Amino acid sequence: MTAQDPGTQPSGDGPTPDEVLRVEHVSKRFGAVTALHDINLHLARGEVLALLGDNGAGKSTLMKIICGFQPPDTGRIIVNGRETVLKSVEHARSLGIDIVYQDLALIPGLSVYHNMFLNREKLHWPLLNNREMRRIAREHLEEMGVNIPSVQVNVAQLSGGQRQAIAVARAVFENAKILLLDEPLAAMGVKEGAMILDLVRDLKRRGDVSVIIIAHNYGQVFDICDRVNLVQQGDITFDKRARETSVEELTELVVEEYRRALQERHGAA
Amino acid sequence: MSDTVDSGKVVGRPSAGGGRGGGNGAGQLVLRAFGVFGRQREATVLVVTVALLLWFGISHNSTFVSQTNIVDLLSELMAPIAIIAIGEVLLLICGEIDLSVGFIYTLAPFVTLFAITDYHLPSLVAVLLGLLTGVVAGWVNGFITVALGVPSFITTIGTGFILGGIALTISHAEPSQVPPIAVGVGKWLGVPGNPWQWAPLAWAVVLVAIFHVVLTRTRWGLYTISAGGNLLGAREAGINVGRIKYGNFMITGFMGALVGLQTAFYTNTVDPLAGGYTPMFYAVIAAVIGGTAMLGGSGTILGAFLGAILLATLTDGFDILGVSANPLGIIFGSAILVAMIANVQLARLRGAGRSI
Repeated sequence: MTAQDPGTQPSGDGPTPDEVLRVEHVSKRFGAVTALHDINLHLARGEVLALLGDNGAGKSTLMKIICGFQPPDTGRIIVNGRETVLKSVEHARSLGIDIVYQDLALIPGLSVYHNMFLNREKLHWPLLNNREMRRIAREHLEEMGVNIPSVQVNVAQLSGGQRQAIAVARAVFENAKILLLDEPLAAMGVKEGAMILDLVRDLKRRGDVSVIIIAHNYGQVFDICDRVNLVQQGDITFDKRARETSVEELTELVVEEYRRALQERHGAA
Repeated sequence: MSDTVDSGKVVGRPSAGGGRGGGNGAGQLVLRAFGVFGRQREATVLVVTVALLLWFGISHNSTFVSQTNIVDLLSELMAPIAIIAIGEVLLLICGEIDLSVGFIYTLAPFVTLFAITDYHLPSLVAVLLGLLTGVVAGWVNGFITVALGVPSFITTIGTGFILGGIALTISHAEPSQVPPIAVGVGKWLGVPGNPWQWAPLAWAVVLVAIFHVVLTRTRWGLYTISAGGNLLGAREAGINVGRIKYGNFMITGFMGALVGLQTAFYTNTVDPLAGGYTPMFYAVIAAVIGGTAMLGGSGTILGAFLGAILLATLTDGFDILGVSANPLGIIFGSAILVAMIANVQLARLRGAGRSI
């Protein structure tokens, strides 16, 4: 991986040519609650970044800001070296930033290939050119190594993992360059999870798609990510390359935080 | 949800094919054909309908298979259900329903009638105005549902009362004869006697064919399924869901007006008590028996067409059997439930995994 030195102060050095996304000093409050507190994050081309942290740590808020769903209160977002104000999800998508949710994206009553071409169908006006769409969808899925029985089955008949794979494949098909995967392994069996992890590995091999995986169970994603960021109480407290850390170290950090919080509570009482 | 297709290679394997049969040669071919057939959503209702037709046909041969009865069955009973069901299928699939369509059916012929008698408009223009009434009523249903956010179940109960009220008011609750001058145009919609008595059936078949293609082979169909299957996902993909719903309300309104006009011409009466809730209920039942999900996201026009034939056969068949009017409701209701239970249970056996 050619990413710059991760360091412990990610905001210190300037953007490198290989950098596709940089978040600087971003904060976000909801009323009295500070969800994000001066966050800094960066992502290189082809890099797989794991964004770990407990529920309520601020991962989801950060993701919503990066995918254009909501604006930050302060701070800057730099996409492909240019400072950008993300106006909407569509705007972010036009810049190649796409978020994949497990169940929100696909239409259960439509076939896999219709889902992949939704709102960009191939036509023999006024009819759909189903043959062409089937062919391209089949080729694309094959290229991405997604295994499903046929592109003609309805999405409703696919398993959670297969659906997730189709959603990821569709995002890549639509030219996503920065892919945000929100808890891709949640509620998934071991085999299913392995399929998604394989897919991310394949994306990594292609080299032109960067991935941010959001997870609270870091043991599962540790193997495939290049770098790990730990989000705790609205701040990124930890930024290391995956090979320089370990599941044990992360566990230690999280447990430590828990103990400290417990002590503070007892001290206050 | 729980049904999972086994993982296999994506390359070029067709989705159909039974593949469960252990035999070989012709036997396997039959098994496989049966498997493919059984997986079609219209299969159950087709089997039930054919069985009923055969039963009535064989047990009451001379009356049931006579030309008069076939016209009664297909043009008078089946066509109105099938035509309105087209609209209801589209609406149910995209997650809406129109309970007012039967009152559009009531009002549209009066618009045509008064356009001719009071405004002396040419019959063709008057008929088109009647149809336009349906489209406008559909637009209003769409507006209240989509733009003002009222659930269509409530919207269309309200507009149904209003439309029925308008029809009663402008007609002073009096039925009228169809003006003889209009029959030249009206025969294209269907009037008794050969060959125009077949017109309602022809309309039903042509409209069913057209809208079957619209639902399965066009963007409109895909987006209709998307709107009902995953509203959020459809919006995320950039589909203008509101436009789809407006359109389907307007199509349903058109169908209601068409059937209202057809019935008026066929019976030579413009009746303020025609229509009402009954045609709507028959159409919705036909749609659901034919495999359309009440909760949206899936359904077929062909299934609803078969459902319409089934309901018409039941009505007509019991009539021929001489079941008296009082217990007819008991038998009819039970027959609908049996058909529906068979449908749901066979769907479960097939593992189609859809909600009704």
